[in-house]
Amino acid sequence: MSKSIAETEDEIVEEFELFDDQMDKYEFIIELGKKLKPLDPKYMTDDFLVKGCQSKVWLHAYKEGDLVYFEADSNSSITKGIIAILIRVLSGQKPTEIIHNPLAFIDRINLRAHLSSQRSNGLTSMIQRIKTYAGAFV
Amino acid sequence: MIAEKITVPVLDVEQIRKDFPILHQSVRDKPLIYLDNAATSQKPLAVIDTIDDYYERYNSNIHRGAHHLAQLATEAYENARTIIAEHLNAGEKEINFVRGTTEAVNLVASTYGRKFVHAGDEIIISTMEHHSNIVPWQMLCEEKGAVLKVIPINEAGEIIFEEYLKLLSAKTKIVSIAYISNALGTINPVKEIIQQAHKVGAVVFIDGAQALPHKKVNVKELDCDFLGFSGHKVFAATGIGVLYGKAALLEQMPPYMGGGEMIKTVTFQKTTYNELPYKFEAGTPHIEGGIALGAAINYMNNIGLDKITAYEQQLLDYGTQKLLEIEDLKIIGTAAHKSSVLSFLIKDIHPYDLGVLLNEQGIAIRTGHHCCQPLMDNFGIEGTCRASLAFYNTFEEIDALAKAINKAVTILK
Repeated sequence: MSKSIAETEDEIVEEFELFDDQMDKYEFIIELGKKLKPLDPKYMTDDFLVKGCQSKVWLHAYKEGDLVYFEADSNSSITKGIIAILIRVLSGQKPTEIIHNPLAFIDRINLRAHLSSQRSNGLTSMIQRIKTYAGAFV
Repeated sequence: MIAEKITVPVLDVEQIRKDFPILHQSVRDKPLIYLDNAATSQKPLAVIDTIDDYYERYNSNIHRGAHHLAQLATEAYENARTIIAEHLNAGEKEINFVRGTTEAVNLVASTYGRKFVHAGDEIIISTMEHHSNIVPWQMLCEEKGAVLKVIPINEAGEIIFEEYLKLLSAKTKIVSIAYISNALGTINPVKEIIQQAHKVGAVVFIDGAQALPHKKVNVKELDCDFLGFSGHKVFAATGIGVLYGKAALLEQMPPYMGGGEMIKTVTFQKTTYNELPYKFEAGTPHIEGGIALGAAINYMNNIGLDKITAYEQQLLDYGTQKLLEIEDLKIIGTAAHKSSVLSFLIKDIHPYDLGVLLNEQGIAIRTGHHCCQPLMDNFGIEGTCRASLAFYNTFEEIDALAKAINKAVTILK
């Protein structure tokens, strides 16, 4: 049985609490991106692009049993790290839980505040795309 | 190679920086280093105080009021027009207040263009144009069945002049070119471009958005037919800009928008239009914006445009040298004649990532396509990192930029 969304969220918040310095936080985000399972190149096409990001993000979803799984890649290291975090929280969960989760951890790790400095960071678009995929699998 | 500070700065930058309150703050606990001047400039107290003064002392609608405040506001607004006219070496009737460069292009495309461009005619722009100097012409061409021709550029980001000459013909009706490229910094040979266009009877629009903040522009000497620029890029407010047009051309053009200010008489049967420049200024204008634009131009002239140009060239030379010391860094836009724009890429690093990590170190740059997607396509890239410098930037800030880039690269690689 995989962890619940809330459990993974708490885990991520704890990990981020280790860093005081924002540069260190980013370094950690980038590391998480590097560890992301590679996306099959056949999904790296315009059909799988998340619109609204300054960088390119490809997102693919599939269902196994009751659960929805996500895979992604990006040509930006930071964006890749962010999608890796979202995947860690939401991949392998039930579609309804994915759709209705407010993802409160994003504010707890202060991610949005820092990313809003650049337009088109795509965080909102990525979350929306994940939820749209999940919606299609309900 | 170790970059040396080339020479003594030609400006007293420390003194100048005191005029810009916004520069004296911290971002992420680091002193703000603002290097996004090609997007918008910061405002000196001379401009901020002018806007305050307008609202505190004489806010009023202009031109028609019979009362004291209306008189003060009208005088200040028209005085700003005079300042701008003198600055450009234009006549006062030739200075039309608009919202910015984008509106200036649209105005000319919608009025002059609609009247004088017909099916089969050609409009010439260059590869390095901002979307604002592409889309309005495309819209006009679609409407009229005219053809948009694009001057190619070389690897350095310079217009290939021989190719331009080949595009010119009796079919050419309008040539519209940026004086200075916002994404590359290339200073185009606009005087020669204008001369050649005139030989085939075409009129020329100059996008002056990136030129006015950096150099003296004399419309009579250039002999351009139209020139647009934006207030917010020349240290004034957003929402105000100027369209210069030769009076003889403006007279022939139909109005752009209908409404108050632009009319002489209105009946339900027929409206007659006001004289220049009011014909193109429908509605209550951006009064304090116009007045503050005059103040901004006075401010620049008090420092001296020649000094500003010379100092920014020092900054550009120093910055170029400093950035090229960074491993795998490539400058995009290496024209022989350049203004203070440093567009660059670092191998295997996405511009967005570098932008975020520089922001974390208090440094504001721009990343992306800079509203020049066709130009980026031409270079086969998605975008660049762009540090664009103004006369209040310093050599020390460039040192800090180079150091911050190196730190970001360590994290990203």
